[in-house]
Amino acid sequence: MADLTQSVIRAIQEGLPLNPRPFALIAERLGTDEETVIDTVQDLQARGVIKRFGVVVRHHELGFRANAMVVWDVPDESVYVTAKRLAADPAVTLCYRRPRRLPKWPYNLFCMIHGQDRDSVQKKISALRRATGIHELPYCVLFSRRRFKQRGARYVSPAIASEACVNG
Amino acid sequence: MDDMDRRIINELQDGLPLRERPYAQFASDLNISEQAIVDRIGKLLDDGYLSRFGPLYNADRLGGALSLCALEAPEDGFDEAAALVNAHPEVAHNYERDHALNMWFVLATENPERISQVVEEIESETGCAVFQFPKLEEFFVGLKLEV
Repeated sequence: MADLTQSVIRAIQEGLPLNPRPFALIAERLGTDEETVIDTVQDLQARGVIKRFGVVVRHHELGFRANAMVVWDVPDESVYVTAKRLAADPAVTLCYRRPRRLPKWPYNLFCMIHGQDRDSVQKKISALRRATGIHELPYCVLFSRRRFKQRGARYVSPAIASEACVNG
Repeated sequence: MDDMDRRIINELQDGLPLRERPYAQFASDLNISEQAIVDRIGKLLDDGYLSRFGPLYNADRLGGALSLCALEAPEDGFDEAAALVNAHPEVAHNYERDHALNMWFVLATENPERISQVVEEIESETGCAVFQFPKLEEFFVGLKLEV
């Protein structure tokens, strides 16, 4: 990657400056112009290096006290269609295909569902199973019992750690 | 936190227009100044309602690696195992969940090789087998919660 691109990645990895003209501020720091910074960020997003831009909420602090990891055992040939259907439901906040670990773990599709309490999460799951027509698939609901305070991955660059703050 | 904060959180979970004045249109919709929006974002970060404001990078596109991992800690040894796992700086977060695989954590490292090294360290320290669940395909990463 070009030096300027690397510099832009680093300049915003811990967050965007809290300013009405954030890209102008970054340009000033990097000794370039605002348009170049915006073009670089747009290019990073277009290439998928940046997945998204915006705020990441702390769900617990915002009243979403319950979260469940809901996992399905989906036949490999239909996993894409099923995943797309699940991902389209607003109740689902993350949806990943991950490997099975047989015989202990037969599930290959992982979703996260958040709610005010366990009851509301359970209702969302029931509604989801009905709406998506996947009630025949084996599944399992893993509610969280405790969340351990973490300072976040400390030995990696904040850019790499950023993805971990929503992953799982 | 008030209704204005909630509108800001909901709107900015959808992303940010990448232009010179990214808040201009939104500020005019809300009938407040752009400065007021960034001030509120700063306050929400300080108060701990938001963990980040800015880009979310794709770790593997930067040469790094992430992996969701799980292990089965013994009921009476859970806290000791959790302390051993959490002591690793590569652990981004860790949840106790109600399943035989009762501990689920995410590792974030500068390179893919380091993931398996940390996994081996955790296995030898805890005496528990670690199952790795790296993402194979990502279908959605909105993580949008209407507040």
